[in-house]
Amino acid sequence: MFMSSFMKSSIGRKVLVSLSGLFLMVFLLVHLAVNLTLIFDDTGDLFNQAAHFMATNPAIKIMEPALALGFVIHILYTIIVTVSNYMARPARYDKRNSKETGGWPSRNMFFLGSTILVFLVIHVWNFFWKMRVSGDPLLDHIMIDGEQMENSYNLVATLFKTSYIYSSIYILGVISLGLHLSHGFWSAFHTIGLNNDVWMPRLRNIAVVYAAIIAGGFIAIPVYFMIFF
Amino acid sequence: MTKIKTHIPEGPLADKWTKHKADLKVVSPANKRKLDIIVVGTGLAGASAASSFAEMGYNVLNFCYQDSPRRAHSIAAQGGINAAKNYQNDNDSVYRLFYDTIKGGDYRSREANVFRLAEVSGSIIDQSVAQGVPFAREYGGLLANRSFGGVLVSRTFYARGQTGQQLLLGAYGSLNRQVASGQVKMYYRHEMLDLVMIDGKARGIIVRDLATGEIKRFGAHAVVLATGGYGNVFFLSTNAMGSNGSAVWQAYKKGAYMSNPAFVQIHPTCIPVHGDQQSKLTLMSESLRNDGRVWVPKDKDTVEKLRKGTVKASQVPEEDRDYYLERRYPSYGNLVPRDVASRAAKERCDAGFGVNETGKAVFLDFKDAINRLGRHVVEARYGNLFQMYEKITDVNPYEEPMMIYPAIHYTMGGLWVDYNMMTNIPGLYAIGEANFSDHGANRLGASALMQGLADGYFVIPYTIGDYLADEIQVPRIDTNHKAFEETESAIKAKLEKLKNTKGKTPVDYFHKELGRIMWDKVGMSRNEKELKEAVEEIKKLEKEFWADVRIPGDLNELNQEIEKALRLADFFEMGELMALDALERNESCGGHFREESKTEEGEALRDDKNGAYVSAWEYKGEDADPEMNVEKLEFEFVTPTQRSYK
Amino acid sequence: MADKILKQIKVKVWRQKGPKTKGKFETYIVNDISTGTSFLEMMDILNDNLIREGKEPIAFDHDCREGICGVCSLYVNGRPHGPDDDVTTCQLHMRKFKDGETITIEPYRSKAFPIIKDLIVERNAFDRILQAGGYISINTGGVPDGNAIPVSYDDAEAAMDAASCIGCGACVAACKNASAMLFVSAKVSHLARLPQGKVEAARRAKSMVAKMDELGFGNCTNTGACEAECPKGISISNIAKLNREYLCAKIKD
Repeated sequence: MFMSSFMKSSIGRKVLVSLSGLFLMVFLLVHLAVNLTLIFDDTGDLFNQAAHFMATNPAIKIMEPALALGFVIHILYTIIVTVSNYMARPARYDKRNSKETGGWPSRNMFFLGSTILVFLVIHVWNFFWKMRVSGDPLLDHIMIDGEQMENSYNLVATLFKTSYIYSSIYILGVISLGLHLSHGFWSAFHTIGLNNDVWMPRLRNIAVVYAAIIAGGFIAIPVYFMIFF
Repeated sequence: MTKIKTHIPEGPLADKWTKHKADLKVVSPANKRKLDIIVVGTGLAGASAASSFAEMGYNVLNFCYQDSPRRAHSIAAQGGINAAKNYQNDNDSVYRLFYDTIKGGDYRSREANVFRLAEVSGSIIDQSVAQGVPFAREYGGLLANRSFGGVLVSRTFYARGQTGQQLLLGAYGSLNRQVASGQVKMYYRHEMLDLVMIDGKARGIIVRDLATGEIKRFGAHAVVLATGGYGNVFFLSTNAMGSNGSAVWQAYKKGAYMSNPAFVQIHPTCIPVHGDQQSKLTLMSESLRNDGRVWVPKDKDTVEKLRKGTVKASQVPEEDRDYYLERRYPSYGNLVPRDVASRAAKERCDAGFGVNETGKAVFLDFKDAINRLGRHVVEARYGNLFQMYEKITDVNPYEEPMMIYPAIHYTMGGLWVDYNMMTNIPGLYAIGEANFSDHGANRLGASALMQGLADGYFVIPYTIGDYLADEIQVPRIDTNHKAFEETESAIKAKLEKLKNTKGKTPVDYFHKELGRIMWDKVGMSRNEKELKEAVEEIKKLEKEFWADVRIPGDLNELNQEIEKALRLADFFEMGELMALDALERNESCGGHFREESKTEEGEALRDDKNGAYVSAWEYKGEDADPEMNVEKLEFEFVTPTQRSYK
Repeated sequence: MADKILKQIKVKVWRQKGPKTKGKFETYIVNDISTGTSFLEMMDILNDNLIREGKEPIAFDHDCREGICGVCSLYVNGRPHGPDDDVTTCQLHMRKFKDGETITIEPYRSKAFPIIKDLIVERNAFDRILQAGGYISINTGGVPDGNAIPVSYDDAEAAMDAASCIGCGACVAACKNASAMLFVSAKVSHLARLPQGKVEAARRAKSMVAKMDELGFGNCTNTGACEAECPKGISISNIAKLNREYLCAKIKD
């Protein structure tokens, strides 16, 4: 009873978007931490070990479907909310010049999110799918510290080293992500009620810092490979 | 004399209301369910009465011409609301509030009514606080007070500069609760066009649905008018554009007496008229006169330069300034009551010292206050008013003095009511600004809110029972009754007539002309000759209006021109009655200044021998002159004295 | 101070005969407008011209003309209440416009605010939201003394900040989602901050949000357009407070 009426309410839907968003933001930090090993060890051993750990650890295994569910909820409810928002104004304005305190990203979260989704599909296809499902010649098994594992580093590094187009797409995708987060971070707290006049500027600043770390961190990887290889 | 029955109970002043309440008949809960009450208007008086009736169990039909009850013009009251709480321990009391109010009204109101007002004032604050009105608080969590003009104690409760808004939203909340419960049926964008009488009793109203143009009938066992004042007779006023006197006027034409229509309050501190395109005057709160000093130049040379803009006001040296209020009234200075301050400003401007292009403005200067207190203190006290002033005039009042001029603000006159708030028509009540009862010839600041809510929350819910107790056998009013039929066809004929005039001039033109006549001849300063001229000029203009007005659009749709035309048609007649009432009253009192009745120094001179009365005008038909009945004012408990602010 | 004269302005305005008819823009020319004239007075002048020419005047809502009743509702040059900050349309002055400029005037557009005629929209949805619970359920009389329950200075001030909402609907008009969250949150937060209103805060938040959803307003996406365009500067912190109140209330269900 509670869940159904809650999830149908405007605030309930947005709380789902917010909570799933917060979950995805934690994931992004983990993901970034793993990926940064790419540029701290050119032998690739560190990254391969991390990737292997992520692929085999039972706790992570359990989290994987949860992560997928997080994406699904975040995307599904965003679509529901966006459609109902569109219906709330059947006739559009001829001229629109309203200001907003949230800035450009706040107006364009759905656009940014859609861009990220497109990127995500490419990204999953290129890495996750190959690593986990289809396999790829570049992933030939190697031995590290007496353990056999896939050479994930080879797959990733090769793509970044050889394809400027892919690297560019990657960077654009990550910029979208950063902008998305610069609003999404404080907005998520706001939506679950954790905000007030005192915390508003703080959360907005933290959002920018967080978005900059995520975007900067991820962009550093293709840039590193493009410059040094 | 014999026609007027005030129903004021005998006995000591302080016991009258208590005794009266004990004598009032009460309707049983089971019977309240069978009784319908129409309330017209949703301001402080209307909303508080409607919600209180509904809480008691009556069925209420509530009407407003606005799109929402919350838009009623009570919302615009700024300063505060008086109550004899004595929270400040400054020896305030019910008696002191009563005395201040009756003296402030220049001894032209009823002792018993005013005392009751003071008596229930404290309950209003309690009620509003319980409704969630965010009054200003001290750090200790208790309610804060400030002082207002004309009194020696601190008894004004306030919610920043939006006290009226907050009190109205409180009453509106209570109203909404009753609308949700179904006990109040709310009709938005519905304007009352006429009163329906059956067998000499008020039994219903005819309204126009402003959104569709549909004419509708509503019946009830009693009709309560809470429709505010008629200040818009003057076109330019601090009233809302839609504020009108038509409901009151229809009641008058059905036989209700109109009292003291000449008593109009002119507020001294409004932003001046800037040109002939102006539609509305904006009030600057009376509180500004606590720290602002009023002046005009001493010589006409400087006046000329100011008008041409070759000299800025701030550049005029101290010795060339005439602080005329301080000069004329050394003891009260800039804080003289509203009527005195207004007249003094007019006197200076008429003498040719007005400081803007139109010659109708004086300065309100904060230079000394800023030097004395510092800009931040002035900003904390008046920041929002200064900002509003700058938005409207594009002048920064921290650097250049404000320009102000008096404007029509409030009408003390209204429908005559007895102690029960009932007009002389059985079943027809008038509350709030729509009646005449409590403010005499001049209303004190922060008392309008008090009166509206006192009437609605704590007076009429009791007194209406006394009438309705005898109505319990009357079945629900049938709106197919021929009285409804006739009233409706009369209204429809009037609408058709206006629509079919096929003239070529818009309504506003006539309204502005009427306003000009009223302001020049029935305004701040009146004399017999001009009042008589005014009557003639109004009649002439009215004729022109009916011959030459153009109403585009249809009657059966939203049509703002027909709304305005209907209201204006009544304003002509009201303006005329105001002039007649002013002619009859040969004395000067409060806001009513007759040039024939003044002291040697030019101050207002009251005539208690001939003037201690309430006029009660009776309509005698289209072509006959109205007749003035008189309610003598007896002062048993206070002794009228001449006001002096020297 | 010194008012200038705008020799000519063009006014492109939405005309719509009735709720069900199709509307369209018409452009009119207005000459010799003083910059000291208020925007609505300019509209009065335009209407005066139209009537004299035998045309129908433009219907628009206006009443107090001092920025407090909240009825004026025009969407001028892409912004509710036009190109000035912290004002309502009636407080907007012509000095904010340039000579020769084309001014676009539209009605507020939202599913929940249907057009009645020209620029007039029906904002009854706001009343209905408040009827769902925007009050404290007490009857007249029988209340404690005004000073019986102390209220902290800060709470009273915060409540007053929220309570200064004039119900004009600029928040809905400005919001790209036509959401009424700022309006609803202002009332919920005004009452929830006071001890008198806390008693039924949970019930209030639930029923007002349910009504808001039912009436077809959009969802809040925290763009802050509402607070940027609110003539009374009401902060979206109130929306966070509403979210909090609502969540707490729902969790207890």
